[in-house]
Amino acid sequence: MILTRRMALLGAGAMLTGCDRLASHDSVREALFSAENFHRWAQRSLMARDALAQEFRPDQISPIFRANGTANPNTPAYKALWRNGFADWRLAVTGLVERPLSLSLAQLRTLPHREQITRHDCVEGWSAIGKWRGVPLRTIVEGARLRDSARYLVFRCADDMGGGRPYYESIDLIDAFHPQTILAFALNDAPLTVANGAPVRLRVERQLGYKQAKYLMGIEAVATLDGIGKGKGGFWEDVAGYDWYAGI
Amino acid sequence: MDSPTPTDGITVKRHRLSTRLWHWLNAALLYVLFTSGLGIFNAHPRLYWGQYGANFDHAWLELERFPGWITLPGLYNLAMSRHWHLTAAPIFAFALLFYMLWSLANRHVTRDLAFRRYDLRPRHIWQDIKDHARLRFPTGQAALRYNVLQKASYVGVIFILLPLVILTGLTMAPGMNAAWPWLVDLFGGRQSARSLHFIAAFALAAFFIVHILMVILAGPINEVRSMITGRYRVPE
Repeated sequence: MILTRRMALLGAGAMLTGCDRLASHDSVREALFSAENFHRWAQRSLMARDALAQEFRPDQISPIFRANGTANPNTPAYKALWRNGFADWRLAVTGLVERPLSLSLAQLRTLPHREQITRHDCVEGWSAIGKWRGVPLRTIVEGARLRDSARYLVFRCADDMGGGRPYYESIDLIDAFHPQTILAFALNDAPLTVANGAPVRLRVERQLGYKQAKYLMGIEAVATLDGIGKGKGGFWEDVAGYDWYAGI
Repeated sequence: MDSPTPTDGITVKRHRLSTRLWHWLNAALLYVLFTSGLGIFNAHPRLYWGQYGANFDHAWLELERFPGWITLPGLYNLAMSRHWHLTAAPIFAFALLFYMLWSLANRHVTRDLAFRRYDLRPRHIWQDIKDHARLRFPTGQAALRYNVLQKASYVGVIFILLPLVILTGLTMAPGMNAAWPWLVDLFGGRQSARSLHFIAAFALAAFFIVHILMVILAGPINEVRSMITGRYRVPE
């Protein structure tokens, strides 16, 4: 990103096209960024609240499920967790909840599971189909009992992205309570590998890949996304300007 | 070849306001959509058939990244390419929908675009192909009607290519897959839809090039004026 920004500065003037110059105006930028709101409204108007993402047959699973983004958080804290098989890992459920939780991997595995063969769509354009097993997020959230003021769930990750600004993501309650939204601990019948987000990653099946936060450490219920990171609701949303609603 | 720019022909009203507005809106939107689309494609310049496709899977097409002079923005920025693309796309889609309905209502489709029986006679089609190949453009009354190749390309673009590019674009949206799962089935998978979207975009680019070439050969000033003011001087 730093490289891109530096190149953008160097290239400014000579290389900017008319459209690029247009996009440097705040009002144009704002209009371009607000298309997301139209798409969220349009998609959610067209689909039932619990409309399911497509599920596939076992023979349609990708031979190799491409792992993307961070391949290993490699922080001392994460390495310590990994070394003893995540026995000391705890998922903290905090924020606007009546009953904060701290769940171990063993506890998560005793809860009712959901299994789904779904397609992972990267914002870059590729897709991979995999079979996920995990606990419906709804089960966790209902266990923690959301307060009425909660509007979003923020997912905190062990991955510090090398810059001390850890990966995080957020979804609203429509997706939080969706039947296919799960905290996945297995991919293709094997425990999650480090590259795919061990020990637990989020699956929000109606959105793009960058919403599927890996290396989950905590879930925080909040009333607003302001004040978290840069306030855009996620690492890539803050850093690169990706849409918060990634249904398109 | 006869002089393509008539000097003293009569001037007639050629293009409706709806056609002119839609034409220029489309020109701007297609430019934004094509260039930002190439910017998005550059994030993963490989194409696949079927439901899935990533680096380990077989790609039927693998390209280098498109150069900055033809992408929007000029410097690789996937987020900005997507913002441009997803802002222009719904305007483009609804404009097409309204234009289709409007052109059915004002009988533009049935009067000007629908094939007549004589259009479809093999000898007539062959004659039209020969005329085009020799760059022999119609004059007088014949210049006021679309010939069969023109009709075929306009009908093909409006009723096949543009709906195809819009629907395959929608198919790539994971949210739309939940809303309208039939879209994925229609195109045989998300990666097939992505490939068809790419092919349709380049078919539109090919149409654009031939279209510009024909305008230049048929008399650019008269043709462009007719698409701005609606007035067209009949070639003699």
